[in-house]
Amino acid sequence: MMLRVFVTLKPSVLDPQGMTIQKTLAGLGYSQVEEVRQGKYFEIRWAGDLSAREERDKVETIVARVLSNPVIEGYRIEWPQEIPA
Amino acid sequence: MIPTDISPETISQHGLTPEEYQRICEILGRQPTFTELGIFSVMWSEHCSYKSSKIHLRRLPHQGPCVVQGPGENAGVVDIGDGLVAVFKIESHNHPSFIEPYQGAATGVGGIIRDIFTMGARPIALMDALHFGFIDDPKNRMILEGVVAGVGGYGNCIGIPTVGGQTVFSRHYANNPLVNVFCLGIARRDQIFYGRATGVGNPVIYVGARTGRDGIHGATMASEEFDERSEEKRPTVQVGDPFLEKLLLEACLEAMHSGLVVGIQDMGAAGLTCSTCEMGSRAGTGVEIELDRVPQREAGMTAYEIMLSESQERMLLVTREENEPKVLEIFTRWGLDAATIGRVTGDGMLRVLQSGTIVAEVPNRPLADGAPVYNRPMKRPAYLDEARAFGADLVAPPRDWEQAVIRMMSSPNLCRKRWIWEQYDHMVRTNTLVGPGADASILRLKGKERRLAISTDCNPRYCYLDPAAGARAAVAEACRNIVCSGGTPLAATNCLNFASPENPETMWQFSQTVDGIREACQALGTPITGGNVSFYNETNGIGVYPTPVIGMVGIVERESHITPAAFREAGDVVLLLGPEEVSLAGSEYLEVFHNRVEGVPVPVRLELEKRIESFLGNAVREGWVRSAHDCSEGGLLVTALESALLAYPRLGIELRISSPLMPHQALFGEGPSRVVLSAPEQNLQKLLDRAREMGVLLRPCGRVTSLKEVRVVYNDADILSVQVAAIFETWDRALESWLQAARMNETTDEHR
Repeated sequence: MMLRVFVTLKPSVLDPQGMTIQKTLAGLGYSQVEEVRQGKYFEIRWAGDLSAREERDKVETIVARVLSNPVIEGYRIEWPQEIPA
Repeated sequence: MIPTDISPETISQHGLTPEEYQRICEILGRQPTFTELGIFSVMWSEHCSYKSSKIHLRRLPHQGPCVVQGPGENAGVVDIGDGLVAVFKIESHNHPSFIEPYQGAATGVGGIIRDIFTMGARPIALMDALHFGFIDDPKNRMILEGVVAGVGGYGNCIGIPTVGGQTVFSRHYANNPLVNVFCLGIARRDQIFYGRATGVGNPVIYVGARTGRDGIHGATMASEEFDERSEEKRPTVQVGDPFLEKLLLEACLEAMHSGLVVGIQDMGAAGLTCSTCEMGSRAGTGVEIELDRVPQREAGMTAYEIMLSESQERMLLVTREENEPKVLEIFTRWGLDAATIGRVTGDGMLRVLQSGTIVAEVPNRPLADGAPVYNRPMKRPAYLDEARAFGADLVAPPRDWEQAVIRMMSSPNLCRKRWIWEQYDHMVRTNTLVGPGADASILRLKGKERRLAISTDCNPRYCYLDPAAGARAAVAEACRNIVCSGGTPLAATNCLNFASPENPETMWQFSQTVDGIREACQALGTPITGGNVSFYNETNGIGVYPTPVIGMVGIVERESHITPAAFREAGDVVLLLGPEEVSLAGSEYLEVFHNRVEGVPVPVRLELEKRIESFLGNAVREGWVRSAHDCSEGGLLVTALESALLAYPRLGIELRISSPLMPHQALFGEGPSRVVLSAPEQNLQKLLDRAREMGVLLRPCGRVTSLKEVRVVYNDADILSVQVAAIFETWDRALESWLQAARMNETTDEHR
């Protein structure tokens, strides 16, 4: 099963990379770009059965402990469509 | 102003006592607004006001012929000749580094760099004194990795070399890491800038990054006004942007050197609040600012948030009316936000307006300098008698000397810290003549003959067993390191890391430490030009060792005076300079082999230290010795080995020691004021004669050999014979191996 994970900086945390992207775009003439916040995106192919609660907990653990830094980042997991949120 | 009803809970959440709140009301002649309460709470915090330490810090010696600027400004300034000054300071970033190791350490580096260039100096070198818990604990391992990456990340990106420092491991730093960063800058003596808002009517200009909700104090956020706030507006860790700071550095120096700056200060802790009221207080003026003009990163920030934000990479400067457009032009050209946010006034008030309304109006002087000064109770700690009673010199000798040496050289505190400093760019700007791993690091001043030597030192175990003696030892060692390298110590900065000042035992340690630093600095002629105090370094009631890190600056008159710690020629005589007396008390050996930090270490005798440094400095400058290495942690054998290992793979050593002591006492015992030298045979007599004249002990104790072997003959008995390569391998790789083992164990644990 395929699941998707979005890791983004928490609001209020400075994002120097995003700001640089925004400035660069403005320099290229895209003045409509007001703000850019960049983050990370993961596609994970999971061999277990994600309809099981314990399996989903494992995913949460990985995302919270390894893929993101809970002090400055938040995350969102997109489960396969057949799994209820 | 909107009157605010301030509850006792709100006051205590702001870290203020009822008495302090009363004093605020007296100063204002009324109740403070919520914004004013926040302003007072940060300015009167321990961090900004030094309210527990001030009374003691006054005892430190600040005067000296070289001192241009002592404590009270953003950094200390000393004259180094040739019309130049050295601007330097050490500062802690302990708590942020515990919460978010990478960003905490990185913003620590960014902060100290701003303190240096705000004085008009170009920063030329960084050093870091790091203290961690044992990394077998995953939390400590992550702190180590994050902090080292953070120091390297910021320093490398901004292009300032990290040229040395020290790393100490002890269980007392578990969950209490100490991250102390030292920065050195150079300026012309006639181009020093101060944080003073002079000249009524002068514009106050905000430059650098925009203000966001970074680092607003957690405790204050829990207060009533913020209760209904959504998750999104919670306080956040500061994230640094070294590339932006590089632009800020260049733009500020350009503005300063163009004669456009009247006063300038960085916005560090307490951000806009601290910079406005301190600049006003120092100049005896008032500052009026309009918050709507402050460049902001986020929408809807309150006055409280803007005033207390600790967003990084921001500066406040005062210029003359006619120069305002030129200043704005410079910063715009460097791609930075710059805005005139207010004026200097004559009424001594910090007046803050938002949308035309006054939201805070506080007199600068009492706000910046009028925090209560506490003479907190002190008590000699209970642990001392027991810890000092231990007969450290009665512990068993090692059974196998080869294993013992390898175990010592691969122990956390003695092993090579290559894994750490390899992550730092220590060569950028091409001024690093001597970098990490030496007694002192040495920086070139391009176009000048003089060189600068810098060193950071502290042995926290000695400080734990006797704070005053430990502090004296730290100053003495820092000086000795400078002298070993070919320099003359000039002045120092200190970073005093302690547990809670509300514990009388901590305050006793603190007071003793200050006395120790004072005595040593007076005796050795090195004034303290500033520094930083960090209290509350304790978790679950376990505090850090009293850790006064000394950052010493010295002058090397000529490049030819630079003397390495490494042996250089086979056949050279190895000599031990300094007193006979050693002890295993508080030694590395005692901790590594017996897991104890106990006993009474041999105290440094300052008069003797001075004579030894004078002899050593002379011998080094005359070129009579080929190497000089401070003999401190680990004792004689470890020091002599290091000199051989630093020359790896060329040379070996043969030590011949005669002593009435047990071999492990003589070889691993530690004592003050000792140095391991190597010198060519033909200089031996000169050295011995001079030592006798000056009344210092100097004994030949072996030879540098070409055999690439370590041999120790003790009272005519062969006790050790081992290949240098075997020791080098473990010494060089120990830290990486330890990290790898720790990571492996964690993985295994998780699979269980």
